[in-house]
Amino acid sequence: MPLLPKSRKARRRLLVVAVAAPILALAVGLTLFAMRDAVVFFYGPSQAQTEHVPSGRLVRIGGLVQTGSVIKGANGEVRFAITDNVNTISTHYRGELPDLFREGQGVVAQGAFDDAGVFQAREILAKHDEKYMPKEVVDALKKSGQWRAGAASSRGAGA
Amino acid sequence: MARGRRVFEGRGRMIAELGAFALMLALALSMGQTALSAAGRLRHSALLQGAGEGAALGAFIAVLIAFLALMDAFIRSDFSVANVANNSTTTEPMFYKVTGVWGSHEGSVLLWNLVLTGFGALIVLFGDNLPRALKALTVMVQGLLAVLFIGYTVFASSPFARLANPPVQGNPLNPILQDPTFAIHPPFLYCGYVGFSVVFSLAVAALIEGRVDAAWARWVRPWALTAWSFLTVGIMLGSFWSYYTQGWGGWWFWDPVENASFMPWLAGAALLHSAIVTEKRGTLVGWTVFLALIAFTLSMLGTFLVRSGVLTSVHAFAVDPTRGTILLTIVAAAVGAAFALFAWRASKLSGGGLFSPVSREGALVLNNLFLSTACATVLLGTLYPLIRQALTPNNPISVGPPFFALTFNPLMIITLLIVPFGPLLAWKRGDLRAAAMSLRIPAALALACGLVALAVMQPRMALSCAGLALGFWLIFGALAELAERSRVGRVAAMESLRRLGGLPRGAWGTTLAHAGLGVFVLGACFESSWKLENAQTLSPGQTMSIGAYSLKLDSVTPIDGAGYSAEHAVISASRNGNPICTLSPERRTYPAAAGQTTSKKSICVLGASDLYVGLDDGQQNPDDIHAWVVRAYWYPWARFIFIGPVLMALGGLISLSDRRLRFSMPQRAKAKGGPLKTEPAE
Repeated sequence: MPLLPKSRKARRRLLVVAVAAPILALAVGLTLFAMRDAVVFFYGPSQAQTEHVPSGRLVRIGGLVQTGSVIKGANGEVRFAITDNVNTISTHYRGELPDLFREGQGVVAQGAFDDAGVFQAREILAKHDEKYMPKEVVDALKKSGQWRAGAASSRGAGA
Repeated sequence: MARGRRVFEGRGRMIAELGAFALMLALALSMGQTALSAAGRLRHSALLQGAGEGAALGAFIAVLIAFLALMDAFIRSDFSVANVANNSTTTEPMFYKVTGVWGSHEGSVLLWNLVLTGFGALIVLFGDNLPRALKALTVMVQGLLAVLFIGYTVFASSPFARLANPPVQGNPLNPILQDPTFAIHPPFLYCGYVGFSVVFSLAVAALIEGRVDAAWARWVRPWALTAWSFLTVGIMLGSFWSYYTQGWGGWWFWDPVENASFMPWLAGAALLHSAIVTEKRGTLVGWTVFLALIAFTLSMLGTFLVRSGVLTSVHAFAVDPTRGTILLTIVAAAVGAAFALFAWRASKLSGGGLFSPVSREGALVLNNLFLSTACATVLLGTLYPLIRQALTPNNPISVGPPFFALTFNPLMIITLLIVPFGPLLAWKRGDLRAAAMSLRIPAALALACGLVALAVMQPRMALSCAGLALGFWLIFGALAELAERSRVGRVAAMESLRRLGGLPRGAWGTTLAHAGLGVFVLGACFESSWKLENAQTLSPGQTMSIGAYSLKLDSVTPIDGAGYSAEHAVISASRNGNPICTLSPERRTYPAAAGQTTSKKSICVLGASDLYVGLDDGQQNPDDIHAWVVRAYWYPWARFIFIGPVLMALGGLISLSDRRLRFSMPQRAKAKGGPLKTEPAE
């Protein structure tokens, strides 16, 4: 068989490649597929409104929790607005709020818009540090021209 | 009294300066360690090499003094030290004052240095049977790493910086972090991360020498095992903390911070297995060296990528971007140099023998292919948002569980399916049919368990039941290896028992680690498929239900605790009218932390499952009766998620205690050699 290399060593090496190739191909295929469908886009409130995020698509919304907007309902339901001080997004969440969730502070919520345009959050991302402001929130605020430097401190916490 | 107090403060002042000085001394000693060891190797001088080793021991002692000095400042609440003032208060319990040492960035980098020089000292102390030249070079590389990181600490991140006007009271450690599990999580994690530095140094030394032999691989294994076991426990503690204090209903989020610790774990697991092949069969040499470099690279990358603030994470730390850049530069320099060396010298390493695809080594190669591919997908998923942001800055994305469910999980499922075959195949030429024959009972049992779950569990989820079957397959498969080795059923019971007792510890270690993996899969699968959640507003006297349990809010009373005040609820849980346990969640307010509140969960452990209750804000309802939102969760088999990794780490430690694997005496086992002793170590 001229197709196979003559030396035993080369044949073994070919075998390793033959086994490795499909595994790598599988991994690459899965990754490409997942990158198309399984990544979550991030929007600031203004951006989410101008870009018309389709309802039902899993996205992250980041901004500040509007002061005075948090209404706690019965059975642990909560409504609040995420704002960049230009646009606001009314958000509904049923679940435990992180301990550092406060009015006027940065927040990132993951969920999807319903047909009425209310953001149904499934997860409110928690933080370790009360002074921490998610980078995306800073960028979103900068984009809407509402960022004040110095609002977020840079002290480290946690390990 | 006033006078005595002043004297006391004066002494304290000196202690912090002593710490700063000790750190600089450690930097100098590490430089000496590097230079003397290199000179010792070049001139084949035992004297210079010995001096280098002495410097390595000295560097460890110096960092230890610095560390103790910082701890002393924390214990005495010396707020003239900026780090202490920023991260602790006088009202904290002593335990958190001590653990506050590594609660800050500066402190945790100091801990990193302590572990790094500590492992350097261990190489010196336990490295007597390493070839002299290799030992000198390993100590040298370890010294070089210490220079980089201690240098960073001294010049960019000193924990001993003073405040001109010390405050009366400090900033508290964030209340969420005041938890025993979380307090001991960083030391374990760092022992794991930095443990891989030894393997890294050994690999670089071998590349410089241009020689890797079985002795080298035998040396790599115990260190890799140690680091990997620590890392396993460290990750588990972090996960457990997130699970039981945070009430996010989760123990793993595929968040960048978590991935950062998981990647070195995967690379370490691959390394453990490939080092066996290198030791026993003398092949896969280049690959093992590569993995040794990669494991520590990923440890550094993970730690500092997270700390540099370039990645957004749910566990995010606010950090100084300049420092992050310095750290990433250090990492890039160390890693770049190591891999350049690898590219240059790897071809020098003798490749080695042939092997049949169906053999122990063949199975281990397959294991490595899958583990490293899985590790690569995790790396890609972690870095992809960063790459994408660089290309299209307008649309930031995050990569979360859905991505990893599609990429990592399928690869891992295939890996887990083949795990039980590995130990049953012989070296050189395995018999797949015989292995399959000995695995037919475990396979049948696992399948039966899966089918029972399918019939019993509501709601019915076929995939989850398949996952459970996979977990049982791992456990029974691991036991099958013991059964096979002790010839249960084929020889007399006493003879089986005797054989079982005579098995090398390495075999027990493998079995335990693989079974632990199965236990973890069972827990992960069960918990994520059948967990329940319910939240209801309750006034005292009212009840709510979760699954088969009903919860009655008996009372809510205000109490005072250490550093906080709280609303303390008493909730009694019952099932079908039979009382089960009393839960007492709290809503704690920390006056020192700007009135921050945390929810202290209460957990009723029912076998391997958890009934888990938290108390939310109190509310005045329209009838003017006080009411509280009570959140209840049912996490079935959740304990297995954490018991599994503990078993895996124990497996690692048992393997470590195997006579043939001990740091100092790998040669002796051969001399004794009984019929069982000739079996290879796992």
